[in-house]
Amino acid sequence: MFGNTTLTQFIFGRLTWEAIPYHEPILVVTFIAVALGGIALLALVTWFKLWGYLWKEWFTSVDHKKIGIMYVVLALVMLLRGFADAIMMRIQQAWAFNGSEGYLNPHHYDQIFTAHGVIMIFFMAMPFVTGLMNYVVPLQIGARDVSFPFLNNFSFWMTTAGAIIIMMSLFVGEFARTGWLAYPPLSGADYSPGVGVDYYIWGLQVAGVGTTLSGINLIATIVKMRAPGMTFMKMPIFTWTALCTNILIVATFPILTATLALLSLDRYAGTNFFTNDLGGNPMMYVNLIWIWGHPEVYILVLPAFGIFSEVVATFCGKRLFGYASMVYATCVIMILSYLVWLHHFFTMGSGASVNAFFGITTMIISIPTGAKMFNWLFTMYRGRIRYEVPMYWTVGFMFTFVLGGMTGVLLAVPPADFVLHNSLFLIAHFHNVIIGGVVFGLMAGVVYWWPKAFGYKLDPFWGKMSFWFWQIGFFFAFMPLYVLGLMGVTRRVSQFEDPSLQIWFIIAAFGAVLIALGIASFIIQIAVSYLRRDQLRDFTGDPWNGRTLEWSTSSPPPEYNFAFTPVVHDHDSWYDMKNRGYERPLGGFKPIHMPKNTGTGVILAGLSIALAFALIWYIWWLAIVSFVAIVAVSIAHTFNYNRDFYIPAETVTETEDARSELLAERT
Amino acid sequence: MSIKFKSAAGLLALLPLLALSGCNMVVMSPSGDIAAQQRDLIVVSTVLMLLIIVPVICLTFFFAWRYRNSNANTDAKYDPEWHHSTGLEVVIWSAPLAIIIALGAITWISTHKLDPYRPLERIDAERALPAETKPLVVEVVALDWKWLFFYPDYGIATVNEMAAPVDMPIQFKITASSVMNSFYVPALAGMIYAMPGMQTQLHAVINKEGDFEGLSANYSGDGFSHMRFRFHGLQQGGFDEWVARVKQNGTALNRDAYLKLEKPSIKDPVRYFATVDDGLFQDILNMCVRPGQMCMSEMMHVDMMGGAGVESHENRQKLEYDNRHAGEEAPGATHPATGNAPRSEVPAEGVEGSGTPAAPDMNHNMNHDMHQGHSMPEDGQDGPAPAQLNTNDSTQP
Repeated sequence: MFGNTTLTQFIFGRLTWEAIPYHEPILVVTFIAVALGGIALLALVTWFKLWGYLWKEWFTSVDHKKIGIMYVVLALVMLLRGFADAIMMRIQQAWAFNGSEGYLNPHHYDQIFTAHGVIMIFFMAMPFVTGLMNYVVPLQIGARDVSFPFLNNFSFWMTTAGAIIIMMSLFVGEFARTGWLAYPPLSGADYSPGVGVDYYIWGLQVAGVGTTLSGINLIATIVKMRAPGMTFMKMPIFTWTALCTNILIVATFPILTATLALLSLDRYAGTNFFTNDLGGNPMMYVNLIWIWGHPEVYILVLPAFGIFSEVVATFCGKRLFGYASMVYATCVIMILSYLVWLHHFFTMGSGASVNAFFGITTMIISIPTGAKMFNWLFTMYRGRIRYEVPMYWTVGFMFTFVLGGMTGVLLAVPPADFVLHNSLFLIAHFHNVIIGGVVFGLMAGVVYWWPKAFGYKLDPFWGKMSFWFWQIGFFFAFMPLYVLGLMGVTRRVSQFEDPSLQIWFIIAAFGAVLIALGIASFIIQIAVSYLRRDQLRDFTGDPWNGRTLEWSTSSPPPEYNFAFTPVVHDHDSWYDMKNRGYERPLGGFKPIHMPKNTGTGVILAGLSIALAFALIWYIWWLAIVSFVAIVAVSIAHTFNYNRDFYIPAETVTETEDARSELLAERT
Repeated sequence: MSIKFKSAAGLLALLPLLALSGCNMVVMSPSGDIAAQQRDLIVVSTVLMLLIIVPVICLTFFFAWRYRNSNANTDAKYDPEWHHSTGLEVVIWSAPLAIIIALGAITWISTHKLDPYRPLERIDAERALPAETKPLVVEVVALDWKWLFFYPDYGIATVNEMAAPVDMPIQFKITASSVMNSFYVPALAGMIYAMPGMQTQLHAVINKEGDFEGLSANYSGDGFSHMRFRFHGLQQGGFDEWVARVKQNGTALNRDAYLKLEKPSIKDPVRYFATVDDGLFQDILNMCVRPGQMCMSEMMHVDMMGGAGVESHENRQKLEYDNRHAGEEAPGATHPATGNAPRSEVPAEGVEGSGTPAAPDMNHNMNHDMHQGHSMPEDGQDGPAPAQLNTNDSTQP
């Protein structure tokens, strides 16, 4: 390892000037834009002297609410990156006909589709879901924070570190050209010798630490910190789905970690787990990665189901129909999601009985999912539906998702899958469920809980614009892909020969533009709402006439969430409390025990970036230094005994009195 | 009002579907019996599911419209406490269950009937297969980034073009040289993965004359987009002419020629080979075309016999198929940095120059059973395990 190296090689490993892609005009322009934007942002933060504020109030915060918001900010930033990749692919595919090679060579295009998948799943959808769970779950169960507040901060920064590692690959070196699951042998050392797959591995490993720990944290929170009286069968549905999702995270992310660890051993240490020769077996990787990968889909979609359940009950002004069957359906989906992974590779030739088994287990999942759909439907029945923006997303979801569900069951029939697998039909299917299910749910969740987090509602006009652009754009972007799939067009192709396909790709590109307008409307919605925040302000803390505990406290909630821990008698606890004539306690406040902020999470995540960078570029001295530093900082942190404080009773009284005044003014 | 928009959006979505009649959906109108049965399955499953999907979508829109807030003054009842009905719950769980039972039964039967490893029983919906028909065997190798087809019955091979007589059952034996690909002729039959060191199978038949497209359906690197071939469905006479043409215009495919052919290339022209070295496909499958390589079948035989002792250490080099860390430099950084293409062509260390060609045809007893799964190269011999197989100067055991 150290033999025959020059000093430069010792210091920089395999990192050379050549690794900076200055020969790629597209990347140079992107880099200049990002650099200018970054400099402008840093200058603004410095100009307004915000560094201290950001560091003290946000970066080092262990408050689950602030961490939740930071997760969502991360997700939105990564959504822009992932979507930029998507629109580049759409343009390339609409362009590269009649002998034209388009504007992206395969070397670039292959990185883009890999990055799109990785970013959208790991750094858009995952942080988005985790952020909403972080924000909402403690409030819904009447807790003051999560079980392990420092761990929560650490998890967030590890996820961010993973995102930063992936983003670095844009300007230093290259990203993987393997597809988002990096199947070997293509992703092995022989066929992908560059740094791309190493970026992929270490980005996901670092982020995986964050995801797994936040899963543990939220399980502990939900199991141990519910308000008195809130039995499991009185928990809000969103908390239920969060519990199931986090159980899935804790049970499956270690599989991903182990699989990627084996792949890195193959790449770094010359082992033969997944190589073609010396007894390696790439099929093992494909099985392992999907044993993680299929539950991952449900990790994303279950909380979205939870959001729809909350939204539909609130805006129909009615208890959720079939609460118990909703809970059982969620748990059944959680368990069944482990038993279907093989449907991702029926075409590997596992034999008819194996394929049929996994095909049928997959179809069985549609039964609880169908039951959920009916539950939402019968919640609307005899309701009084207020069409606020979250309800738009919900109805849009119900319509869009059943179509995706139908094509999903179709793909679960192995012989049908033989002609549709890896085709654009498959691409259309999973975008149909992920956009129609997960993204619509997250959008509904943001609009629904925004007033709770910031104290004012989002502007409904731009919210509706965003919805319609997304909804219509989705159909324009993905219905053509269903058609193309039936025309025998497969995924990850960057140049085409058959000119009759082009019109469909142009329609799809048009759809992508509409979705871009949807994203733009969403951003405008936030900006407009911020400017109009005084008109949109909510003083009650319960702007939608909500049903669960998060609406019982102020908007935004005080640092301690609840002055007194609420006592729960029924599910839809806040609705129940309102019906029973609940009176806010006005006095007798006690000091509240709270965790203290710490910068350790930021430092550990920073060191992890250094470690990952060193491992990617074979800078062994840096790897050793940063690894030792991670261990040292972790140990040192355990000696920090100054980690909690009390909010004095007077402060609590002041805060609560201020709210009482506000409420009195309004009534 | 929003609801009107909603249905407008739905209609907009359907518009492109109306235009479908004008386009060539090969998956929905294939020319081979297997693909046709797969198409029928798509149609049947979709119709079955629509039985439940259509009512759900209609109910969604109906409820969303009827129970809207602005409709509060009419007869739309509001019952905020109504949240349970045992009867309804039974229905909402059992209706999907009934559909899934039907679909599950169809799945079980069709998955077995259309198992790609299962020899055909019929030529098309009307005609059964005569009992004594011998299928046309085609051995397929997915190379970087082109397709190689062996016709062992005719002793010929082709690149990026294949042909088959109409109504003649075809048995494909499929492998790959470096990374995973997927063999897919949409007009003929569903796809199956092509994987190095492993053999998958596919049985199919083409029922119409024509020129069809075949492709790789699994991403395999830089040249993947152009990894396409033509599949010709010909009458028996036309097929015989095609074979003759290959024989007339073709060159010889020996091991050297194969090793050259194996190197990565994009948009390869069609090539014909009039003669093929004995056992070449088996050696590709066993990853031992290069002189001095040990075949996987030999290795597996050694293992099956209980493995060799410390002396098997010497086998290791001969088994290193991938060009791992070949050469002096570390695995290249970025592609433009070192110019190290993702497929290095430097041979494995220690296997060059041994001079002795690999043992030809080591009694490769490929298992042709239907449910063998991936027939890993196997060797049917028994007897004590030799310490070394295929050493430079040893003979066959």
